[in-house]
Amino acid sequence: MKQKRLFGILVLFLLNKDKLLLISLRVLTGISVASLLFIVFYLIKETLPIFQTTSSLKFFTDESWHPLSGEYLLLPMIIGSLLIMIGAMLFSVPVGIFAAILSQFYAPVWFARPLQRIVEILSGIPSVIFGFLGIVVIVPLLAQFEAPGTSVLAGILVLSFIVLPNIVLISTNTLSQIDPVYINNAMSLGLSRYAIIRHIILPQSKSGLFTGIVLQSGRAIGETLAVLMVCGNVVQIPGSIFEPVRTLTSNIALEMAYAMDEHRSALFLSGLLLMLVVLAIVLIAEKLSPAETIT
Amino acid sequence: MHHVASTKISSLHILRSHFVVIFSLLLITACGQQGNQQTPIAGDQLSGKLNITGSSTIAPLAAELAKRLEDKNPQLRINVQTGGSSRGLADIRQGISDIGMVSRKLNARENDVRSHLLAKDGVSIIVNNNNPIFSLSVEQIKSIYRGETKNWKMLNGVDKKITVITKAEGRSTLTVFLNFFELKNTSIIPDIVIGDNEQGVKLVSRNPDAIAYVSIGTAEYNIKAGTPIKTLPLNGVEATTENLATGKFPLSRELNLVTKDPPSPLAQAFIDFTRSDEAKTIIRNFGFVPVK
Repeated sequence: MKQKRLFGILVLFLLNKDKLLLISLRVLTGISVASLLFIVFYLIKETLPIFQTTSSLKFFTDESWHPLSGEYLLLPMIIGSLLIMIGAMLFSVPVGIFAAILSQFYAPVWFARPLQRIVEILSGIPSVIFGFLGIVVIVPLLAQFEAPGTSVLAGILVLSFIVLPNIVLISTNTLSQIDPVYINNAMSLGLSRYAIIRHIILPQSKSGLFTGIVLQSGRAIGETLAVLMVCGNVVQIPGSIFEPVRTLTSNIALEMAYAMDEHRSALFLSGLLLMLVVLAIVLIAEKLSPAETIT
Repeated sequence: MHHVASTKISSLHILRSHFVVIFSLLLITACGQQGNQQTPIAGDQLSGKLNITGSSTIAPLAAELAKRLEDKNPQLRINVQTGGSSRGLADIRQGISDIGMVSRKLNARENDVRSHLLAKDGVSIIVNNNNPIFSLSVEQIKSIYRGETKNWKMLNGVDKKITVITKAEGRSTLTVFLNFFELKNTSIIPDIVIGDNEQGVKLVSRNPDAIAYVSIGTAEYNIKAGTPIKTLPLNGVEATTENLATGKFPLSRELNLVTKDPPSPLAQAFIDFTRSDEAKTIIRNFGFVPVK
């Protein structure tokens, strides 16, 4: 009897579509939050052994990165990751936004359409292909100016090619979402195309563009293989953009398969640091995020 | 309004983009934690499960050998996983795997396991085809890697800065190289640090001023395929698989399979297979030299 009644309640409950939606949403959200927590917890757990034998100061003050000899300098890799990410963004953000403005407001349809398709295809190319292109084309080219070519600059250029198509796509998408009423009104007032873009469209799109940039800088700093192929991977704070550098992600990819004990733990620490750097970027970005101008 | 919402979502998105890196960390740890099962050999056919872990130099070869043996014995499952020579040894000691792959000679203290020589692998110094240098002495190579010789001109080559390529810490090729040249990794001053052999070959083939060291098998394979690199002789001995087989080439290492003592019947069966003529052909195809 009791079982039958419980079953009945359950059926009634499940028939309520709102409840059903709510439950499934809660479960799915729970899973994604739990997996994030699990990863953070796991990273910290795997990192702990190194803190038992090594003071955390060593990661910033050691001579160099030679984990098998007990030297764990991680600072140059944090700087390397940031340097290459910032460099790539400095190059690809202006170019990407200008390309989006061109295709959205200036270019004729016969030009803008194919451009859009090409950018879409480019954004789908796996980054390892860009890395390969880097080794075959960019590195030998840079080597003509300063040997050996595997350098910060090579990393910045390759990474720019990887994030640029996405920045163009996101920017085009943001610019196209502007209410045409604003544009039509401005045009009927006789404003020039430049004035419309400068004073109406860009301020309106600021927040959307900013979000896209933050999103892409997260992707840029996490890029591994392409950067590993062209950066030279020497652990040092580079004196110029022609010197080699190693990023946190390359460090993990280069050494993880062979690492044991504390070496392995130090690599997990690289992963944890990477996560902290990304978290810092997101927090700073949210602080700096421009407020909505027109609502 | 929806812009504000999308800013919030973006934070999660970025964290997610890092799941790839982090998940691969998780996967690596999850690997190599398999249990070992043993099933007796029934009749002529082998059956059961065999776990092989260790050196990534040996792993592709072991996987190919395993595939051949599996084809002959449909009831047999062989699982090959990498994780480095040290892990191969550790897994045998802890009883996690049946066969460990160790790409070096076992030292006297490691006599608690039994080693079975699978093949020999040599490490050769490579430079670009356009480099006029045809041989370097041991002292010259040491001095290049210590950053004392910075220009090819000092070695009667062209007036160009030397691009020194070395391997990332933990790689067994690096260990073999350091041991032979009696160098410490901390004293090496590199221009490029690489992961695997192919990356070294690719960089040297594109850079006329580079010097690197890679597995002889990889170098020979690429030279045959027309890649513009050449190997340098050591102590007057050419870096070829033939000289490696006769033991003349000094910069070499053993590729060993290790088991507990005595090995399980299934592990013994696999090791016996690696000594067969069929297996020797496969070993040669990988650029290694089978044992006599």
